[in-house]
Amino acid sequence: MQGDKRDNRGWSYLGTLIILLILWKGLSVLIAHPALPSPEVVLASLINSAHELSRHAAVSLLRVVYALLLAFSLAFPAGILSREDTVDRLISPLIYLLYPIPHIVLLPLYILLFGIGDFSRVALIATILFFQIAVTTRDAARQVSEYYIYSIKSLGASKLDVYRYVIIPAAMPKIITALRISVGTAVAVLFFAESFATNTGLGYVILDSWSRADYEIMYAAIAAMALLGFSLYIILEIAERRICRWM
Amino acid sequence: MISVRNVSKSYGDVRALEDVSLEVERGESCAIIGPSGCGKSTLLLIISGLLQPSSGEVYIENKIVGGPVKNAALILQDYGLFPWKTVYDNVALGLRIRGVERDVEREKVEGLLEKFGLKRFDRYYPKHLSGGMRQRVAIARALAVEPEILLMDEPLSSLDALSREKMQNFLLNLWKETKTTMILVTHSIEEAVFLGKKIVVLTPRPGRVKAIVNNPKVGKEDYRQEEVYFEKCREIREIIEVGAT
Repeated sequence: MQGDKRDNRGWSYLGTLIILLILWKGLSVLIAHPALPSPEVVLASLINSAHELSRHAAVSLLRVVYALLLAFSLAFPAGILSREDTVDRLISPLIYLLYPIPHIVLLPLYILLFGIGDFSRVALIATILFFQIAVTTRDAARQVSEYYIYSIKSLGASKLDVYRYVIIPAAMPKIITALRISVGTAVAVLFFAESFATNTGLGYVILDSWSRADYEIMYAAIAAMALLGFSLYIILEIAERRICRWM
Repeated sequence: MISVRNVSKSYGDVRALEDVSLEVERGESCAIIGPSGCGKSTLLLIISGLLQPSSGEVYIENKIVGGPVKNAALILQDYGLFPWKTVYDNVALGLRIRGVERDVEREKVEGLLEKFGLKRFDRYYPKHLSGGMRQRVAIARALAVEPEILLMDEPLSSLDALSREKMQNFLLNLWKETKTTMILVTHSIEEAVFLGKKIVVLTPRPGRVKAIVNNPKVGKEDYRQEEVYFEKCREIREIIEVGAT
């Protein structure tokens, strides 16, 4: 039964993809401008430049993954422990004051502080993700019903048990949703972070080929970036299905 | 013996319980009945030591209750089971928290699942079970830690009438078999009379003790068909209706 459902979803994804490709093809024929090459041209250039692109894609992928890991490893404990009022009083004002600031403007500052290496870029992405994940995790942890806590405490649970058996698993679906949303943000910020003072990464390739009016490479890199985001999204969905089997 | 002495509880300006006193003997069953929002659940949480009363004390075997009571198990209506744990893991949870060895745990949990007719469902998640089965899992989990006191908050209110009677019989037999002290919160007169050797009637908010009725004939499945049973139900209904508008 479940297998059927998944197959159907696979087919509907494929159908949507085909419709999008047809629309793209139609537009490129209508506009007939080198700035919008047709999909098969982009596919060919994606294959031709695969070797070159894969090097950049690997760099981009690592940057995103490191940023996700860094952001998660800080935001998860901060968000979960915000269930404790003492921790919340400390962290919440900090998050709410700093969250609305457009963190993307920090790139120049990070480059001044950390240099033009990868760390500045990872740190920028991680800063933005931190807030997204921390805010969601905090709310999820604080929404866990008091009655679940009563239930486990009546079994003799210590504070650690309460977190381990109740708060973390109860908050998990929302945390994974936050991660999935973060992947989209991460790739968007990645593009910006790679647009400046670097000569690696897909973002760099897009801007470089754009300035050289090499639209085929540009589209190939855009497609590669989309695939990067898509694969991370799929990985998280699989993780969600495994971790939140009970949903 | 459980002894509740002059317990009051307020949440801010809202008074939930006022000057409640009652006693439950060791091995006795006690049903607490009252309208919705009369603080029945609050009273149960206070007896279990999970909530502190605003004033008054609870004593168990002459010792004052100051924190979660070790030998008591609490069964809550909707939040009893953890939806992220399988039937097996839910039942095993109390043992795991207590650091019981894995093979002892398995033997015990499997025994309980067998006894409660849940053996086939040990890998299921609660959402795949019927209401009655979920309730049995919740009771199995409470019993796994071998409590001396069983505290139940409207454990059967989400069941339909037929499974409800079946579960009432189940609870009755369980009580006779295990000889635990049982305190059951309910809003059903029939359930209170069928299961409670002592019936405590609370007033609407703030909950005060309106009457404590003894119900000595409790203990047999066919009590439901007896004249005394209907008498008792009528008696309780009259007590509840006095002064109520």
